[in-house]
Amino acid sequence: MQSHILSIILFTPLVGGLVLLFVPKENKYAIRWIANIFALGGFLISLPLVPMFWAQRFEPGFKFLEGTPNNWIPSIGAGYNLGIDGISFLLIMLTTLLGWISILSSWTAIEIRVKEYYVWFLVLQTGMLGVFMALDFFLFFVFWEAMLVPMYLLIGIWGGPRKLYAAIKFFLYTLFGSVLMLLGILFLYFHHHTVTGVFTFSIPELYKTAPLIPFHYAIWLFVAFFIGFAIKVPMFPFHTWLPDAHVEAPTAGSVILAGVLLKMGTYGFVRFSLPFFPAVVSHPKVQSWMIGISLVGIIYGALVSLMQKDMKKLVAYSSVSHLGFCTLGIFALNSMGLSGSVLQQINHGISTGALFLIVGILYERRHTREIAEYGGISNVMPVYATITMIMFLSSMGLPLLNGFVGEFTILQGAFTANWRWAAWAAPGVVLAAAYLLWLYQRVFFGTVTNPKNEKLHDLTPREILTFVPLIIMALWIGLYPKPFFQILEQPVNQIVQTIHDNSNANAPVNAQVAPAPSSRSKASN
Amino acid sequence: MVELTIFALGILLIDLMVPREWKWINAAGAFVGVLFAAFCVWRIQSALPRGAVGFYNSLLVDRFAIYFWYLFLAGAAIAILMSVRYLDVEDEHHGEYYSLLLLSVVGMMCMAAGIDIVLIFIGLELMAISTYVLVGFLRRDRRSNEAALKYMLLGAFSSGIFAYGLSLFYGLSGGTNLRDIARAVSAPQNLHNPVVVIALLTTMTGLLFKIAAVPFHQWAPDAYEGAPTSITGFMSVAVKAAAWAMLLRILVFGLWPLRSVYTPVIVVVAIATMTGANFAALTQTNTKRLLAYSSIAHVGYMLLAFVAMGTSQPGSPGFSDGFKGILIYLLVYTFMNLGAFAVITSLRQRNVIGDEIDDMAGLYRRAPVEAALMLLFLLSLAGIPPAAGFLGKYYIFLSLIESGHYGLASLGVLYSLFGLYYYLKIANAMLMRAPMETERLPVSLGMRCAVGVTALATIVIGVYPEPFIRGVNWSLGIVQSPHVAAMVK
Repeated sequence: MQSHILSIILFTPLVGGLVLLFVPKENKYAIRWIANIFALGGFLISLPLVPMFWAQRFEPGFKFLEGTPNNWIPSIGAGYNLGIDGISFLLIMLTTLLGWISILSSWTAIEIRVKEYYVWFLVLQTGMLGVFMALDFFLFFVFWEAMLVPMYLLIGIWGGPRKLYAAIKFFLYTLFGSVLMLLGILFLYFHHHTVTGVFTFSIPELYKTAPLIPFHYAIWLFVAFFIGFAIKVPMFPFHTWLPDAHVEAPTAGSVILAGVLLKMGTYGFVRFSLPFFPAVVSHPKVQSWMIGISLVGIIYGALVSLMQKDMKKLVAYSSVSHLGFCTLGIFALNSMGLSGSVLQQINHGISTGALFLIVGILYERRHTREIAEYGGISNVMPVYATITMIMFLSSMGLPLLNGFVGEFTILQGAFTANWRWAAWAAPGVVLAAAYLLWLYQRVFFGTVTNPKNEKLHDLTPREILTFVPLIIMALWIGLYPKPFFQILEQPVNQIVQTIHDNSNANAPVNAQVAPAPSSRSKASN
Repeated sequence: MVELTIFALGILLIDLMVPREWKWINAAGAFVGVLFAAFCVWRIQSALPRGAVGFYNSLLVDRFAIYFWYLFLAGAAIAILMSVRYLDVEDEHHGEYYSLLLLSVVGMMCMAAGIDIVLIFIGLELMAISTYVLVGFLRRDRRSNEAALKYMLLGAFSSGIFAYGLSLFYGLSGGTNLRDIARAVSAPQNLHNPVVVIALLTTMTGLLFKIAAVPFHQWAPDAYEGAPTSITGFMSVAVKAAAWAMLLRILVFGLWPLRSVYTPVIVVVAIATMTGANFAALTQTNTKRLLAYSSIAHVGYMLLAFVAMGTSQPGSPGFSDGFKGILIYLLVYTFMNLGAFAVITSLRQRNVIGDEIDDMAGLYRRAPVEAALMLLFLLSLAGIPPAAGFLGKYYIFLSLIESGHYGLASLGVLYSLFGLYYYLKIANAMLMRAPMETERLPVSLGMRCAVGVTALATIVIGVYPEPFIRGVNWSLGIVQSPHVAAMVK
């Protein structure tokens, strides 16, 4: 079991999807049950990973390794290699949890083409898990792109009125980033060959040779990877697909989109950009640019959130702001900032995931997300209002809840690197409180202004169930975050160490390195 | 080849004898013929492990040729499966159709194996004339007639230019064998000899016309749109593969010494092809026309791999990966594109033409399996993993990186985004729009087989490409790539 646990976690949802294919599509009830069983099963199966990982949390390197190098396509040196460290471990747990919650939350929301919906959702789940588990770049890329397809279909088929536009925009934007990344991957692959004479996509192997790439090539590679990840995060100038995709996507799609998909971008930065191009990221100019657009993202996202009339759009823009914090922590390039950033990614998954569920619940009852349509909801839906308050407080970073821990650590890390960065980021926290509390006031407080809202029924047990694990996690991280930091300690320190070792090497390094593939021909110019 | 000819003639005879309702016998006969030919190729392959020269030094049956032979036969077999019911619907079920199909395959085989320009030309004409007739096979359809006429006029014209170039090479070298020509043009002063350059350019015009590269592509959209859909599918894969085999034979085996002259031309043509085709495809509303432009765009990507080959030394990674890229691309393209055309063919009903994008609307309701598989083919064409199309793209971009063409590689990936956009237009119509009719689409057994086989191949090549990469390595004489050897050691 121990040796294949990652594969089992990875393929449980896919098996569920395949099983669903054989259920007649008229039988919606059976389809929903089977999908939920597999989703819950996927989460439960991932639970044994927790004690197993905890036992070896301080050991260096990747754990639970699976597959020998190049065992998949030996001719090109690609292998089915899985393995996790603390960073991917947390994200995997987040994915299995949110996957289960989103499928549970879709029970009544999806009425048409139910079978296809659950099949695609389960396929999506496998794709996302694969991204976090892959230790082979070819495998990683396959998951990274394959996962776009189900998301595109979820938005395009079960989305809102402008779903076609949003779906295509989502697909094109993210694909644009990933094809550039593909060229970067191929360059690393070929560079590894010129240095060692071996063609391999193994990520641990590439870790050894990638930092040797001369700076003037590495900077372009960094840009190629950066665009791929920045679109996914999304960082400030690349974020325009996000509001469209979120607003049009079905609730569960939004939860997964915000909760997990965006984390792939930040995960990419932590896993690839930093250790592959340590000389580039620690170059003062590059670093200040990265920090700069993170800060712009924080403030811009918050300001735009303030003036939204649509609840879902507000939450979507607040993601831009929160993810700005995550990238700020990453590019602070110290262990505090990095571990804060990873923790904040988990927090964002929990609280923003919950926020989208909250919006979705109102939408399912009233079929509108206009803030002006509501008011005084706490009178008719008291349980709902309480849960919403908890999640809003968690999202805005109130002490004793999870958001505070992440944001505080990030700010601490940024402050250590340069106090001005922290000073510019701090208003983001204040603005978050402003837009969330103002939203709460407009929707929940006062008397019921709109007669249509008088008959709204409060949460059903199933809906409460979707929030319970999220609230537990929010409280746990808020009250006792130490285990999380312990899990992150080893991988984060290793990344910081790599950067530290290579940071003074802004000039071309190491004479033994063959010049990267050159002989640019006349023809191409 | 001889076997196929016999079958083709046999079908003509049988066609006279069977009544209307029994016309499917022709299809079965052709299918058996193709299978039998494949069996014979397999026999040749095991009997002649090193390849052999025949027909007075004009035919070289090497692994390269055998690879392409299998490819042509696979394309023809799937096209036959697609045709049976389609021809019924069009009311044009004649035995000539199948014999022409087989004869064109014979021509293709000559093109892939020929090392004598006369034989190559004869093969080319045999294939071309058969396809001209097949394109115009729907005699009562004006679009089909128009397409055939256009295709034939332009095709004959380009063949003339091609023959002119070849005759100049004959004059320069005194021989019709590609080896003689290679020897004659390898003298260094020939690079600046205007006659050589003219001969090269006219020959290339003929070759580029046959693979439908911009600016010699205008025939393709018309011919693709007007032809019977099964023939469109066949043309876009087998005819194209044959043209590529001929191009590789002539430019790599024969005229390699002139590569510094022709590679810059190919660079320009590749960029023009990707640009022209992708922009034109964006605005198409007819599925067949859209796929015609997309197939031109795919030619552009393959030309990129050819550029990578032309600018690196034989044996270097850039060269071999570029070569592999073209062969693998043709392989996966055969399956994914034929699959897409098979789905379009199945839309053709008694009263519906079925080749507008609007006809695809709501296909998920009318034929869920076909719609899902069509999505697979489209994603594969767009190069999204794990579908097979990604493997072709992977090799092409890898070879570009390896030969240092970063600019071209970036351009190529950007144009693949265009590709995604217009493939998604079809997918959107198919999966996300409400159907105009709700009745289920009847799909024949042959069609099911065609779609099933192509889909299976698209998935298998994408998920487990190892045996196919080995096959390509084998056909290029690379038994094991270096790092595999290192691993075994």
